[in-house]
Amino acid sequence: MTLLEVEDLWVKFPTRQGIFEAVRGVSFSLGKERLGIVGESGSGKSMTGRAILRLIRKPGIVEAGHITLEGTDLMQLSEKEMRKVRGQRISMVMQDPKFSLNPVMTIGAQMMEAYLLHKNTSKTQARAKSLEMLKAVSISDPERVMRAYPHEMSGGMGQRIMIAMMLIPDPQILIADEPTSALDVSVQRQVLDIMDRLVTERGMGLIFISHDLNLVAEFCDRVLIMYAGRVVEVCDADRLHEAKHPYTQGLLNSLPRIEDPRKHLVALKRDDAWAEAPSVSGVKADA
Amino acid sequence: MLDIENLNVWFGDGRDRVDAVKAATFSVKQGESFGLVGESGSGKSTILRAITGLAPHWSGRITVDGTDLGKRRDRAFYKKVQMVFQDPYASLHPRHSVDQVLSETLYLHGVGDIDKRVSTLLEDVGLGARFRFRYPHQLSGGQRQRVAIARALAGEPKLLLLDEPTSALDVSVQAEILNLLTDLREDRGLTYLMVSHDLPVVSHMCERLAVMKSGEIVEMMGVETLRKMTPSHPYSQSLLGASVSHKITA
Repeated sequence: MTLLEVEDLWVKFPTRQGIFEAVRGVSFSLGKERLGIVGESGSGKSMTGRAILRLIRKPGIVEAGHITLEGTDLMQLSEKEMRKVRGQRISMVMQDPKFSLNPVMTIGAQMMEAYLLHKNTSKTQARAKSLEMLKAVSISDPERVMRAYPHEMSGGMGQRIMIAMMLIPDPQILIADEPTSALDVSVQRQVLDIMDRLVTERGMGLIFISHDLNLVAEFCDRVLIMYAGRVVEVCDADRLHEAKHPYTQGLLNSLPRIEDPRKHLVALKRDDAWAEAPSVSGVKADA
Repeated sequence: MLDIENLNVWFGDGRDRVDAVKAATFSVKQGESFGLVGESGSGKSTILRAITGLAPHWSGRITVDGTDLGKRRDRAFYKKVQMVFQDPYASLHPRHSVDQVLSETLYLHGVGDIDKRVSTLLEDVGLGARFRFRYPHQLSGGQRQRVAIARALAGEPKLLLLDEPTSALDVSVQAEILNLLTDLREDRGLTYLMVSHDLPVVSHMCERLAVMKSGEIVEMMGVETLRKMTPSHPYSQSLLGASVSHKITA
């Protein structure tokens, strides 16, 4: 079943040197699966995520054939209707919890605010729901965390709180933009485990944006590889290592390996043709 | 080259005292590359900061090239030891051009013929002369890190302290910077002390490494042990396990 379908998405920014195209004609579909988007910085992967939620500010321009969420075209909605989609139907987790939590509000107050804004319920219920969500992301003492301020939390805790907040309205799609790159490897794994469980248990669709190829290969079902605003390759995550495109191969080869020592790493040689070739469609054939 | 004996570093005092490094002892030989690994907050960067004199309170013994270090570092020390920081976006002055950054450093080291030295330094780190009058915002992350490395090399140091030199960079750029560091070490006989949380990077760059956990060195091993994945301490094992596979057993 397809939850989200994006066709021919463009994100443009007018600059003094002319129009800069950050995303150029990207199409893909998302079912109840974990879809990874990988690429280097500047490849347009984060912009793709933001464009779906229409979070690109002016003067940036978003153009698309359609962005369809279960039959509704998000491009046609007014800003007011769009606010009902954000958070409630599609949520986003940003890279660094330090910049996405309000430093002068307790975590409990922030979580309850999010819930009360979306649902017409009492504070008691909001509190109960917040506690439940904190437990769902494996926080052992939710009562204390509710009273704490963001600076009292570690990076891993902060990121779990962010995920818990995003899950309160029970969204159908979660867009995670580098959710674990600010975290240590061991904590990274806990956060991924939590997201994985939520996708399987709640039947959510997940768009996982990352620059870490190995992480995506192991965590996602399908991967889009982006280069210079275009999708250069789409493949099943478990077959990423058999990737055909020279860019994907180059990225994989440039990683140091513990088990395979060598004096020099293979540096990526870029080819201008990669940026020119049209985007590969990431729409799943059987969807 | 570098001997560290019973090094303690702490912040604050009384009730608020935090011991960031506890009784760390290790030594790095001339021409060797030594890695410090651990999670954030394990004190690995603090050791580097203590060596360069950026940590206010420390006790124990730090010996660089046969000289014991006191509370203050003199000019001769900074000619011998230089540091490359993690974030190339933060470690370069935004209003100084590459030329200014390098000339000032050379001037402070008391080097003559600055003009010629600046161009050779840029050549050495793989940036041509056309980068000389650019400002940091006109450079990519990898190019900035190259400038930071050039700045560190200006006084012809013997020991380079590398604090996560590539963690802010893309993997393709990381490969280029790591290759540059490998070549520089070979050409100039440099000694590296490298801090990283990325075990594959450390295994690529270093011959020996120390695993740190909450301020203490829990294990020291050669890189072969890391490659064979046979560390003896349970913490190193779990760290290695976590970084080799993110596999979710659903």
